[in-house]
Amino acid sequence: MAKAKAPAQRKPAPGLGTERLREMYYHMVMARALDERCWVLNRGGQAPFVISGQGHEAAQVGTAMAFDSAKDFLCPYYRDLGVVLAFGVTPREVMCGLLARANDPSSGGRQMPSHWGHAGRRVITGSSPVATQILHAAGVALAAQVRGEDTVAAAFFGEGSSNQGDFHEGLNFASVHRLPVIFICENNGYAISVPLSKQMSISSVAARAAGYGIPGVEVDGLDPLAVYQATEEAVARARRGEGPSLLDLKVVRLTSHSSDDDQRSYRPAEDLAAERQRDPLPRFRSWMESQGVWDAQQEQDLGARIQREVDDATEFALASPVPDASTLLDHVYAP
Amino acid sequence: MAMTYLEAVRETLRQEMRRDSRIIIYGEDVGVRGGVFRATEGLQAEFGEDRVMDSPLAESAIVGTAIGAAINGLRPVPEIQFADFIFPAVNQIIQEAARIRYRSNGTFGVPLVIRAPYGGGIHGALYHSQSIEAFFAHVPGLKVVMPATPYDVKGLLASSIEDEDPVLFLEHKGAYRSIRGEVPDERYLIPLGEADVKRTGTDVSIISWGMTVNSSLKAAEALAKQNISVEVLDLRTIRPLDTEAILATAKKTGKVLVVHEDNLTGGFGGEVSALIAEHALFDLDAPIRRLAGPDVPAMPYAPSLEHAFLVTPEKIEAAAKELALF
Repeated sequence: MAKAKAPAQRKPAPGLGTERLREMYYHMVMARALDERCWVLNRGGQAPFVISGQGHEAAQVGTAMAFDSAKDFLCPYYRDLGVVLAFGVTPREVMCGLLARANDPSSGGRQMPSHWGHAGRRVITGSSPVATQILHAAGVALAAQVRGEDTVAAAFFGEGSSNQGDFHEGLNFASVHRLPVIFICENNGYAISVPLSKQMSISSVAARAAGYGIPGVEVDGLDPLAVYQATEEAVARARRGEGPSLLDLKVVRLTSHSSDDDQRSYRPAEDLAAERQRDPLPRFRSWMESQGVWDAQQEQDLGARIQREVDDATEFALASPVPDASTLLDHVYAP
Repeated sequence: MAMTYLEAVRETLRQEMRRDSRIIIYGEDVGVRGGVFRATEGLQAEFGEDRVMDSPLAESAIVGTAIGAAINGLRPVPEIQFADFIFPAVNQIIQEAARIRYRSNGTFGVPLVIRAPYGGGIHGALYHSQSIEAFFAHVPGLKVVMPATPYDVKGLLASSIEDEDPVLFLEHKGAYRSIRGEVPDERYLIPLGEADVKRTGTDVSIISWGMTVNSSLKAAEALAKQNISVEVLDLRTIRPLDTEAILATAKKTGKVLVVHEDNLTGGFGGEVSALIAEHALFDLDAPIRRLAGPDVPAMPYAPSLEHAFLVTPEKIEAAAKELALF
């Protein structure tokens, strides 16, 4: 098990030039803004359900940008708004999913929101039972290995999922066959209301990698540069044929589990306030400003752009047709 | 040429793997050992370790990784060593494989064939004898195939591998070596969802699938000597289900005996019976009769108990005769 460097010492990885850094920040801010709009629509009665990724944006965007969206496959989980945005899913598509419209690319309005899937963007459909996608990612990697293709697969999941049997079976299978797959844990310390200390008897999910003889790396998941670099190393290792890695990205959960949950009922107020102070967005903005790649004017312009795009996405989705009831029986089997 | 049911499985896998490089096989002991029943014997030697792999002893991983491999363009044909051990993989089969096409609005599909030996009568006791089809036949999105003869094994297995959706292919362990039949050398396909009249008759219809089709044919032969003419309809696949063939034989003879090895309550025989009751009640001359395994948790080990559980030709003969005389 390794630990990534402290953020103050960090210089961006060679793959991250100024434009890529700005792109990274754009996706993070967009993920946050879309997520916030989802809650507004929920509280306004237009979206029955929201599940959030606030606090995970640095981890999600940092890791997704280290993959190649032209040849790699991602198996995300329901908090991964930042992951799918960074892989090319558009805000309009996200909002059509939230509002269960016919043109929702994930499911045409069949699944709850945030159950991502996008065939054109190499994002593989996921479900609600957790950790099942870990095996799918291993299988995607297996197919790539059998065909000799240079594809890496990734599975994303929370630390709660690392208690599932499919986590163990997937990491074991992938390490036995040295598959090109990265297992990415977004560790926010809570499985709905159950804290890490009641989920496992160790404090690090990365420690579990030792049981499979693969690298397990703890990373500050609030630092997108650290996440990018750790992921880039794991991906390079996979492309060299050296097998899977497990990343343990320590993040914060700034919202309740979902729109049907209220975390104030099980988390102390001071803990919630402290987590709010660790928000990855202002922290990354400060770092960019300190490096001279970002300034107040750019921040203002970005805010206006994001506002426009989120408004557009919302309006587009609200104006999009709902699925026709006559399609209920479609797609049970291939035509 | 004449071959056993088991040889039909193996030779079909070989023939399909030769024509389609996307097919891979994996599971517990399927590689060097060739499977505990030898269904994959010699395949690793011919196709290499990339295409015929031993996997860790973990059924959810076998099915779950096969789903990912199928999504990424392969045609996996994983083996679950005994149908009784499929339950750790149920989440992957039902929640994932069967629902992926529907939940993705048709944008992802899972062309996957899970082979699993089922059934008893081989001294396998509770955990090497189960008939599991009813659990899975309930699930839209899955197909459930249960061949009775070597000829059907070949045509149905080739069709299952070619199918774009997940198929559970259940092979009866008792049939592996005891059932022989003619199997053409050339490739052929039997469509999934087409039942087959294995014997024509006029007095009673027996509707069955899998191994009990063979037992029903024995019973029909014995009854023919008593001047009772029995029709035997082999469903071959229970999802999709050939409803037309079921109703046709029910209307023809007016007397229906549904036979399966799985236990009675909630067994697939209930579905067949309900269809006939809904659509052909006034063509019947007797109440529908079901003959099935008893409602005990599973098949016991001691030969006396195992024999008492099994749906034998003698039991089928007695039930069909009773129905004929009704």
